[in-house]
Amino acid sequence: MAEQPHVDLSGSRDTADRAFSWLAIAAATLVLLILGLIAVTMTNRASGVFGKMGFEFFTSKRWAPPEGEFGALSFIWGTIYTSTIAIVIAVPVSLAVALFITQLAPRRLKMPLVYVLDLLAVVPSVVFGLWGVLTLAQPIQGVYTHIHNAVAGIPIVRSIFGDTPQGRSFMTAGIILAIMITPIITSLAREVIETTPANEKEAAYALGATRWEMIRGSIIPHSKGGIVGAVMLGLGRAMGETIAVALVIGASIGQISANVFSSGNSMPAVIANEWGEADDIHKSGLIALAVVLFAITIIVNVVASSIVRRSMARSRGARS
Amino acid sequence: MAVQTPPVTPPTTDSEPRIRTASPKVTEELRPSMVAMLDAAPVVFDLSKVEVFYGAFRAVHDVNLKIQKNQITAFIGPSGCGKTTVLRSLNRMHDVIPGARVGGKVCYHGVDLYGPDVSATEVRRRIGMVFQKPNPFPKSIYDNVAFGPRVNGIRDRAKLDEIVEKSLRGAAIWDEVKDRLKSSALGMSGGQQQRLCIARTIAVEPEVVLMDEPCSALDPIATARVEELMRELKNQYTIVIVTHNMQQAARASDRTAFFTAELDSKTDQRTGVLVEYDVTSKIFANPSDTRTENYITGRFG
Amino acid sequence: MIDPVAQRALDLRARPSWRTAKNTIMSGVMIGGFVVIAIPLVAILWSVISRGAHSAFAQFPDFFTKPIPNISRLPGPGMGPAIVGTLLVTAGATLLAVPLGVLGAVYLHEYGRESKFTRLVRFMAVVMTGVPSIVMGLFVYVMWTMRFGYSAFGGSIAMACLMLPVVIGATEQMLRLVPANLREASYALGATQSRTILTVVLPAALPGIVSGCLLAVARAAGETAPLLFTIGAATQLNPHLLEGANNALSAQIFVNATSSFQAAQDRAWGAALTLVLLTFTITMIARVFTARVATKR
Repeated sequence: MAEQPHVDLSGSRDTADRAFSWLAIAAATLVLLILGLIAVTMTNRASGVFGKMGFEFFTSKRWAPPEGEFGALSFIWGTIYTSTIAIVIAVPVSLAVALFITQLAPRRLKMPLVYVLDLLAVVPSVVFGLWGVLTLAQPIQGVYTHIHNAVAGIPIVRSIFGDTPQGRSFMTAGIILAIMITPIITSLAREVIETTPANEKEAAYALGATRWEMIRGSIIPHSKGGIVGAVMLGLGRAMGETIAVALVIGASIGQISANVFSSGNSMPAVIANEWGEADDIHKSGLIALAVVLFAITIIVNVVASSIVRRSMARSRGARS
Repeated sequence: MAVQTPPVTPPTTDSEPRIRTASPKVTEELRPSMVAMLDAAPVVFDLSKVEVFYGAFRAVHDVNLKIQKNQITAFIGPSGCGKTTVLRSLNRMHDVIPGARVGGKVCYHGVDLYGPDVSATEVRRRIGMVFQKPNPFPKSIYDNVAFGPRVNGIRDRAKLDEIVEKSLRGAAIWDEVKDRLKSSALGMSGGQQQRLCIARTIAVEPEVVLMDEPCSALDPIATARVEELMRELKNQYTIVIVTHNMQQAARASDRTAFFTAELDSKTDQRTGVLVEYDVTSKIFANPSDTRTENYITGRFG
Repeated sequence: MIDPVAQRALDLRARPSWRTAKNTIMSGVMIGGFVVIAIPLVAILWSVISRGAHSAFAQFPDFFTKPIPNISRLPGPGMGPAIVGTLLVTAGATLLAVPLGVLGAVYLHEYGRESKFTRLVRFMAVVMTGVPSIVMGLFVYVMWTMRFGYSAFGGSIAMACLMLPVVIGATEQMLRLVPANLREASYALGATQSRTILTVVLPAALPGIVSGCLLAVARAAGETAPLLFTIGAATQLNPHLLEGANNALSAQIFVNATSSFQAAQDRAWGAALTLVLLTFTITMIARVFTARVATKR
């Protein structure tokens, strides 16, 4: 029998390997670190204001920094109201466009159409704001006046489309936001719609359904969950949008009004508009607003992502 | 010893007709002198009581065999019998699968491969593997073959050129690619890609080449070329090959191990076991175990 | 004599009915939706191009090189410092976010697999994509600007925080597409995990990673809010990343948009055109790489 050669199988190169893996772990941990730091440092900086105002921070609409009064209610209202207007406008449009691209448009047109939509998504938000304030605000005030006069007779509606319409108002901000979030909602809705299994669509057609009936019967039930998630992601984006809103919302303080044509304010907008001339205490108040904004948008985004993920997983699993 | 031809049994089920006889050439038992020569070769791998777990599932258990130098050893058996699992335990490829565990002893030249001081990357430099589906890197042909030597620290361009040529010649593909070494490896046919993978494997000059059904994704002509290559490589390397194709095992290998999957009464799982391991001609001409005979003659499998 | 029953059965023409009408109406609605969204896009681009071109290209290349007039009612160029500032901030952010993001994704996909920690980090990365840019800006203000003053680098940090989760997400997606047997082939040749990642996996995933990173860069270049609190508002050219206040196209557009002087507004349009051209170009380049990913598979 030949003798066994001596084999040395101990590794010596593994130190570099281990160093690399530690580097990778550190990079991954950075995400947790940053999020944690945001929560901690900002709350800390704003703690003075929270401590002083207590719960009134959320319930008072009086915002008077020189006197140390910080009531965020009007800004919270503004954020919610403009986002709602944006969703009301954007959702039907986004769905219509998503259905148009996936079901109606000729195949060759699909790619160019998606390109066009993606162009809209690339335009920086400040450019939207610039257009809104310099180009849109003036003429649209006239449109608002017409609408107001048209519904002057109807009781509740006339206070929503109310008095003294402003070019820079909740409505304009809502419109600009709607334009900005439509590409997001559309692209996600498109993805979800396209996971509808072909045989479900064919089953509807085979029963003699028209295209619309097929959409109502097969596509929408299948995509409902994912579309809800997409809309919520758009909502999260709308709530956090700063610059475009800051330019067109009118920057009024302490207003809580259901009149979409009145000027108002939102949390991110007031921070952006008032920061330049704020003293330290004022800045703490603005940072307190940012903390509230942080919390709200995180909740909305988390709920939205899990809805989208669950519906995609479900549809992928069901696809045969 | 009389020449025995196993009876040709026509397929009794509706499954695809498969003719399971070994070719006449190999049914002759080897002359005792040749058997003695096979036995005299040094032992490279010594497996004792080897078992492999994927999580809680025991894929194969109680495997005992020795693999010898410069021989081609074939693992055959029906699907799910653990032959690939055993093959992968020889070069610690189970390490990359989370939850996989190897029990028992896998000795390579007397060293337990799963011992505490043993580095898996060192193991794999000496024990190479060719996979079922050709998997060249999306790089040039040259960079594919040079990958292994570069990992081992060879930077000198002239030396790399030399190794690349030698390996491509060794894999019988040099003439076909020598003018396009810089072109992408993905532009080749399946058979060429597999021979490239073989060249890539021998470029690091391993002692052992493990092959996991290397021809199953190839057409018959490419398969014949790879088998021819195996016979040439045998002189330099020890080869262990897993194959579904019994004729291939019968044609090309020196020793054959037959595995099968058996229902474990305790766990209600099908676990692989080694049934019989012997010189190839004996396995195919005169198997000792009924299960082996059943598989070879096509009564099941 | 033709059997009237058979004749009726053969009439397959579409019958006018409420169902077909509804179908046509809804098709009209869908087309209408597309038109509704196309109109603002066209209007915005038209405004930006027509007003911006006048301001930016009238006395080429003054707009891109001259400093910003200190007195905003003065007409004329330029936006030079803002352009340089945008490039500086974006470049700095890219240098920070891309290596960290790619490494983080490598950890998530290649090392961490499905451990609890990995799932937590992945979840938090998704959460982080939803953090409003203004919150990031204020965060960097509290952590950095309050201690070190205004600088382009402060803006880069804020941008990098915005880009990081996007880079992680895109990279992880691309890593998932690299087939497992490529990694196996590399291990079988005796390569370590880190070497496999660096020489086999990342090169294979590269076009997709580049595309994802470019899209993150395009987004960063257009952001305004984080810069308001971190870079200041310099009007002269400042090519230093770490020292001194700087400016950026987006921030300058914001400031000028609320100005009552026509001259400042003109400059805002010019800056808007420049910014739009910049982000569009980056996006186009990203599309080239996306196409490469598609053809390779």
